[in-house]
Amino acid sequence: MAVYEKSYRGYDGARTDPRWRFMTLPRYAFERVFASRLFGGFFALCFVCPVVVALWIYLPHNLKFLQTFGIEPAQVAEFFRFDGLFFLSWYMKPQLFMSFLVAMIIGPSLIADDLRNNALPLYFSRPFSRAEYVLGKSAVLITLLSLVTWIPGSILFLLQASLGGWSWLSGNWRVGVGILVGSWIWIVLLCLLSLALSAHLRWKPLAHAAMFGVFFVAAMVAGVLNFILRTDWGSLIDIGEMTTVVWASLFGVSRETTVPAAAAWLALFCVAAACLALLSRRLKAYEVVRS
Amino acid sequence: MNGAIELDGLEVQFGARTILRDLRASLTGKSIGLLGPNGAGKTTLLHTLLGFHPPKSGTARIFGHDIRTQSRELRALCGYMPENDAYIAGISAVRLVRLMAEISGLPSRPALERAHEVLYYVGLGEARYRKIESYSLGMKQMAKLAQAIVHGPKLLVLDEPTNGLDPPHRRRMIRLIQEIRDRGEVTLLLSSHLLRDVEECCDEVLILKAGRIVQHCDLEAERRANRRFIEVETHTEVEEFATAIGRLGCEYAIVGARRIKLVLPEGIDMRDLYRIAAEKEIQIRRLDYRRDSLQDIFLQAME
Repeated sequence: MAVYEKSYRGYDGARTDPRWRFMTLPRYAFERVFASRLFGGFFALCFVCPVVVALWIYLPHNLKFLQTFGIEPAQVAEFFRFDGLFFLSWYMKPQLFMSFLVAMIIGPSLIADDLRNNALPLYFSRPFSRAEYVLGKSAVLITLLSLVTWIPGSILFLLQASLGGWSWLSGNWRVGVGILVGSWIWIVLLCLLSLALSAHLRWKPLAHAAMFGVFFVAAMVAGVLNFILRTDWGSLIDIGEMTTVVWASLFGVSRETTVPAAAAWLALFCVAAACLALLSRRLKAYEVVRS
Repeated sequence: MNGAIELDGLEVQFGARTILRDLRASLTGKSIGLLGPNGAGKTTLLHTLLGFHPPKSGTARIFGHDIRTQSRELRALCGYMPENDAYIAGISAVRLVRLMAEISGLPSRPALERAHEVLYYVGLGEARYRKIESYSLGMKQMAKLAQAIVHGPKLLVLDEPTNGLDPPHRRRMIRLIQEIRDRGEVTLLLSSHLLRDVEECCDEVLILKAGRIVQHCDLEAERRANRRFIEVETHTEVEEFATAIGRLGCEYAIVGARRIKLVLPEGIDMRDLYRIAAEKEIQIRRLDYRRDSLQDIFLQAME
């Protein structure tokens, strides 16, 4: 319509597939997120660890290159053991921290921005459900966290499998499963937690602080509880520690804590369920004051 | 005839409090006004129709879609302009309106085109790249209207659209609503506590009080009827004049010594009154149609 023809007209053109409309939300969110150069720089930093680990995996298989530095093949075999413990300690744990920071930066603003100025009725008065809204908002974090966790992790696993051959793969297949399943557990937890906090705290700095508190303050409290009560069960409130326990069971690595893997699974499940309940309670077009 | 909106024993309860009680009506107008004092349940009715609140009992149908079972299909037909501020902080009006268009199902490119179009239409063309939080109240209202019409809804739900607007902005908003109504593509459902807004925009009115329908009337028919309802004031005694128009078949009532109220039956024209007055040599001082019909209806309903 030309600008001078300022009159109302309806729309009877094409419509998109309703099943994929939720993907509109991440598209808009990415534009906003990557508008910040600071975040772009930080996100690039998240790939330093995978690149270093990739080099670490590649070097022992390129002995000629190592021998130029005077390193003998026997020493190499001793130093580079690519098993579950290696991937857990040198890849998963550093990336756990980086992905947590990504979620802490992005997560709190996802819903808080909509809640702060009552934008939810605008979404929910359209053919767009609460589940689609949560899915759309989660897709932002799922995509970014996937790029930091299981995607580079799987590439590293495949790199080592291709270089180490069938013998390595048959002995370490759990590493691949651990990277995939472990990363997804972490991603789902981070998504639900950051969305639940974002939905409850309209003020972004408070939501960032709450995210920090849920992980670090809870870890400190767990440490104090464990120390005073001389137990490991206090760690049940430490989401990071419980995730590590679950990961260790997936990677087939021994654990330092006495908390069984089943209890850690249950603790994480309870956290996820609580977050879903909080989200369901909060994500409504309008709050109803009941008397 | 089935109406655009059918209320079928609709009842809504929040906790122990019943907000809407057994609402039954068939709203057939192209422009429907919801009137009522504060707390009458107007906004709750709009929200229930949009699926924000589940009905306790009964149901409602919009264009034949049941709000209980076909909420999604129904919302695809609706555009909603909320009463209070509703926007996403940190993004421009054109991005907000485009996002809302895409969520309503428009592909990305047409959504952008429509966003520009409707923002020009509501008068925000020059300000469309500004962040909405920097808008004045009037501009925010216009932006809300833009997002409500961007996807070309069949039912436009407007909740207090002139709330907080100064007279020029109010006039502009009313003119836009009238223009959308007159295009005939959209059914309007307008909730307001301002009689003037409803009178200027609507042809059918539902008046709520304490969650009940206290009046449902066809404003257009009322207006037509009121055009037949005339008040005449004369310079001299009205008795003789009254007898003469009574013979014409008019119902009348003498209000004072020089005033008479009458209803013109079909086939009798205003000129006949002047003719009789001339024959009887009675000077008409004032002749007026009945006014403030909606106010009368509203006040009667509130009693």
